[in-house]
Amino acid sequence: MVVNTQTIEQVQSATESYKYGFVTDIEMDHAPKGLSEDIVRFISAKKEEPEWLLEWRLKAYHRWLTMPEPAWAKVSHSPIDYQDSYYYAAPKSPDDGPKSLDEVDPKLLETYEKLGIPLKEQEMLAGVAVDAVFDSVSVATTYKAKLEEQGIIFCSISEAVQRCPKLVQQYMGSVVPYADNKHSCLNSAVYTDGSFVYIPKGVRCPMELSTYFRINAENTGQFERTLIIADEGSYVSYLEGCTAPMRDENQLHAAVVELVALDDAEIKYSTVQNWYPGDEEGRGGIYNFVTKRGACRGRNSKISWTQIETGSAITWKYPSCILEGDNSVGEFYSVAITNNRQQADTGTKMIHIGRNTSSTIISKGISAGRADQTYRGLVKIMPKASGARNYTQCDSLLIGDECGAHTVPYIESRNTSAKVEHEATTAKISEDQLFYCLQRGMSEEEAVALIVNGFCREVMQQLPMEFAVEAQKLVGISLEGSVG
Amino acid sequence: MALLEIRGLRAEVDGQEILKGIDLEIDSGQVHAIMGPNGSGKSTLSYVLSGRDGYEVTGGEVLLDGKDLLVMDPEERACEGVFLGFQYPVEIPGVPGTTFLKTAVNAVRRYRGESEFDAMQFVKFVRGKAKEFNMSDDMLKRSVNSGFSGGEKKRNEVLQMAVLEPRLAVLDETDSGLDIDALKLVADGVNTMRSPDRAMLMITHYQRLLDYVVPDVIHVLFGGQIVKSGPKELALELEKEGYYQFFETAA
Repeated sequence: MVVNTQTIEQVQSATESYKYGFVTDIEMDHAPKGLSEDIVRFISAKKEEPEWLLEWRLKAYHRWLTMPEPAWAKVSHSPIDYQDSYYYAAPKSPDDGPKSLDEVDPKLLETYEKLGIPLKEQEMLAGVAVDAVFDSVSVATTYKAKLEEQGIIFCSISEAVQRCPKLVQQYMGSVVPYADNKHSCLNSAVYTDGSFVYIPKGVRCPMELSTYFRINAENTGQFERTLIIADEGSYVSYLEGCTAPMRDENQLHAAVVELVALDDAEIKYSTVQNWYPGDEEGRGGIYNFVTKRGACRGRNSKISWTQIETGSAITWKYPSCILEGDNSVGEFYSVAITNNRQQADTGTKMIHIGRNTSSTIISKGISAGRADQTYRGLVKIMPKASGARNYTQCDSLLIGDECGAHTVPYIESRNTSAKVEHEATTAKISEDQLFYCLQRGMSEEEAVALIVNGFCREVMQQLPMEFAVEAQKLVGISLEGSVG
Repeated sequence: MALLEIRGLRAEVDGQEILKGIDLEIDSGQVHAIMGPNGSGKSTLSYVLSGRDGYEVTGGEVLLDGKDLLVMDPEERACEGVFLGFQYPVEIPGVPGTTFLKTAVNAVRRYRGESEFDAMQFVKFVRGKAKEFNMSDDMLKRSVNSGFSGGEKKRNEVLQMAVLEPRLAVLDETDSGLDIDALKLVADGVNTMRSPDRAMLMITHYQRLLDYVVPDVIHVLFGGQIVKSGPKELALELEKEGYYQFFETAA
């Protein structure tokens, strides 16, 4: 579809009424601040989307207007002013970014240093304008060729809309309907980009796919939309995010991730989330309101979520599995760390629909400073899910005496043959453990990182190797200053 | 100059004075034993030397190689070479022994300005130590002390001591809870650690350990003071007569 010039004109004429003006140049890189039907049309036009997608966005937008904010999570923040955000900004010109690492916030560099991130990558993460001949680009290109050989599609979701519209139309919104919740609804209306993965029948994806290696990674973090489809008998492991904090100016993040696993397929989805958490007094920081859900549509399919959540001022996130296929398996492994004034309300939903479906939930919450954290989970066994099984383990670790940890597990079983187990513990880092480590020569920070990593070990082991080492360091860095 | 010099050391816990003026000197190369009844202040002494929170020094001084230990943080003391063998070694679930020890050894090496071991170097180093001390390094693959038997915990302490190569080792009731085989193994380890560059202070209730690790000097700690010091034969005397004689002296 061609750009709807009429829409662009509409947007342009509307701009005069915006207080902050319409930042635009010849190529129309920015939509004005605020959200309206025109903005939704503008985004869709900008992306040359087919009619059905525009309609879908508009339906979402109108529904969004009527939906209340979810109020059940144990988080508090002042109301979000949706009109005070930009909903479309094309990738920043490299000229806008820092020219070299000398111009980057030294605190950010310090963290990169501690994580042992190579200089070239530091530049990329910090948004430094780098040469066109950049190592990882060529690496990514090589990867892409290798993937295409096997028929794997791995591209941005906008590209997928053009390349394989049928797949996108069939599956987008099929796991997370646009009206699922207010945040997913907003995403459906205004998402700008994200990743798309399709693994053909019987193909085992030969490498970990990562957003990191998606070339032309655009500045689309705010309303990211990811769709992964694993066709029959296929396997894929997908890594989202990065242990290093990214430069990011958007406060509200409302992403949607949908996974679909057909017969005998397996999807492993790992996340490391380390966005700006705000300062020690809780000023600033990202609101991370994400809807992630996977559907095990086929028999013997499996979806496994692993998340390491250390960043963001507020995390609101429940990666879930809908176990439709018989014998399908859902897993959720989570480490959430909150320090200072961070708030996290996170957990999972396991919906057992098929027979002999099974799910495992291992959640490790660490709270320090004056942070507050909640595990919220639902295990639901539907009437036809004979022989369903669930095992849930929720452990909380408190550091200091001003933080909080809460566990809210819901269990709903409508089939008498189901077996559901739940274990929960809450502990503090004991003074004995700390002293034992200090007496062996470790600093207090090393000791806390060591003890907390031990506490999270079961989850850390689920991470792909190349991630695990960095994630362990990240645990230490996230808890700096939490003791003493 | 003695390696460890304690002069007029007083300390209290929760406002109650436990150590009431301790004087003790240990030369490099020597092994001293401290015996005494329950509540005499033995464990308090070990915690005061290692700098544990909640043990407040109210007087006196402690010098290691002429350096004032009491102004240092616990980790600094450890890096200076103070090792405490715990009476009740602490469990740290999920942390493999190797990771724990590597972190500790590298912290100490960093403090001394030495280069840190990488994973391979460290494994090699630990294997060598374990062999020298006739121990299997199997327990280092398990989480620190988690689910260890009493004997395993104490052996683990000795292995840690061997790896950390302290200047001053304070062993707090290393013999408690051990059967005779475990006791021998631990005692062998302690004997192997004896060195002209090292001082050791063994805290014990019983003569039993001293049959295997023969100390140069034995001190009797009673009511927060050292009331008697003597050669190894003192242990036998105590074993026979108990600590009652000191109750009379105190009264």
